[in-house]
Amino acid sequence: MLVEANQEPIVRFEKVTKAFGDLVVLDELDLEVAPNENVTIIGPSGSGKTTILRVLMTLEEPDDGYIFVDGEPLYHMEKNGQLVKASQKHLRQIRQNIGMVFQHFNLFPHMTAMRNVTEAPIHVLGVPKEEARARAEALLAQVGLQDKHDHYPSQLSGGQKQRVAIARALAMRPKVMLFDEVTSALDPELVGEVLAVIRELAEEGEMAMLIVTHEMGFAKEVSDRVIFFNKGRVAEQGPPKQLFENPQNPRTKSFLGATLRH
Amino acid sequence: MRGPVWDWEFVIEILPRMLEGLQTTIVATVIAFGVAAVVGLLMALGRRSENRWISLPTTLVVEFIRMTPLLVQLFFFFFVLPRYGLRLPALLVGVIALGLHYGTYNSEVYRAGIDAITKGQWEAATALNFSSFNTWRRIILPQAIPPMYPALGNYLVAMFKESAQLYAISVVELTTTALTIGTETFRYLEPITMAGALYLLVSYPSSLLVQRLEARYARRG
Repeated sequence: MLVEANQEPIVRFEKVTKAFGDLVVLDELDLEVAPNENVTIIGPSGSGKTTILRVLMTLEEPDDGYIFVDGEPLYHMEKNGQLVKASQKHLRQIRQNIGMVFQHFNLFPHMTAMRNVTEAPIHVLGVPKEEARARAEALLAQVGLQDKHDHYPSQLSGGQKQRVAIARALAMRPKVMLFDEVTSALDPELVGEVLAVIRELAEEGEMAMLIVTHEMGFAKEVSDRVIFFNKGRVAEQGPPKQLFENPQNPRTKSFLGATLRH
Repeated sequence: MRGPVWDWEFVIEILPRMLEGLQTTIVATVIAFGVAAVVGLLMALGRRSENRWISLPTTLVVEFIRMTPLLVQLFFFFFVLPRYGLRLPALLVGVIALGLHYGTYNSEVYRAGIDAITKGQWEAATALNFSSFNTWRRIILPQAIPPMYPALGNYLVAMFKESAQLYAISVVELTTTALTIGTETFRYLEPITMAGALYLLVSYPSSLLVQRLEARYARRG
């Protein structure tokens, strides 16, 4: 679904700018994501698409502009009628709405799959242990790892690690889930099992998903909207059918042409 | 007057006192190591602080302590501080000085161990919204500390031997006991030899233990 006029977006970027040295990776970016919308971001490497996710997850601070999550400013807070820089407390409160799955999994190697999934609910959300375990069991079953509770990350394949990472992020019940090139570090034969899990989540539609990926077929399949991102800006966006089959922007055309040839 | 050759009777006679000295040495080492473990961690965290008003002074203090002799620090705490009204028992002074000194070494071990944790672990902790305290407690330190055990163990053994320097401020540990017995009886052969043997008896098995730790964590890495 696209953003409807009277619906409050779950994520809104307002002229967000981020540069690394001379390289501008987000150039006054405006972007809105509706609740439960699945948005895929594609584009050439170095176009800044991962940075969109990273500033939203507060892993990189934008240089300028505003980000709103569920109507609340993320990096700012209201004080005496003015927007001032957010406190750590405010940042944590807003961040609660967002979850992320990383390219390199970033599982906690000193914890079993089960503890990877229960640790944050117990110690961040204050969920009782038994409840957290029950929920983790359900999530691990959902990603097809019901028999791997006691395995450490080093005992799992890349695809299994990434599925644990997805369960771990889901356990926090985010309203927005970010997928940052989650299959790029996987052996080709393991990509399918991870994409299948994400596809299922997309179909459930219980949260908004922002997906950065190089898997064009997958993007076409799961997205409500595809964004072609280039040089820090949204070069073109639209429903997948339109963007993939009838791109308007010459840059999109040449990018898709080059990708399909590979 | 006893003869110059090794006198077993004398050995038996002074053994209890020597063991008491050894006990003081061990107690001082263990407590000082506790101090060094905590102080080292605080120093390592202080140096990493994003606040310059914390990181800069911490760095200065750490480098100063690390680059000056333990003996001078012992004298400083023992002779200089009382002039400013801070009079502490010799053993306490020894434990603090030893702990601070080795704390600076430990802080370097901690620093290297913490730096070895990949950026992805910090980012996952942020993404899961862990507080700063819980990030350290549950994610970073549990991964960073076990590989440090061999290096920390080596410092523990080194500290045990270096604690002989507490002789300089008259803490009645093993070395001081041996020398005192020597002065009292004019026989140095047995007490000094025994002191060496007793140090060896503790430090050698300890260093073997550290080697085993090393092998264990080398395998894991």
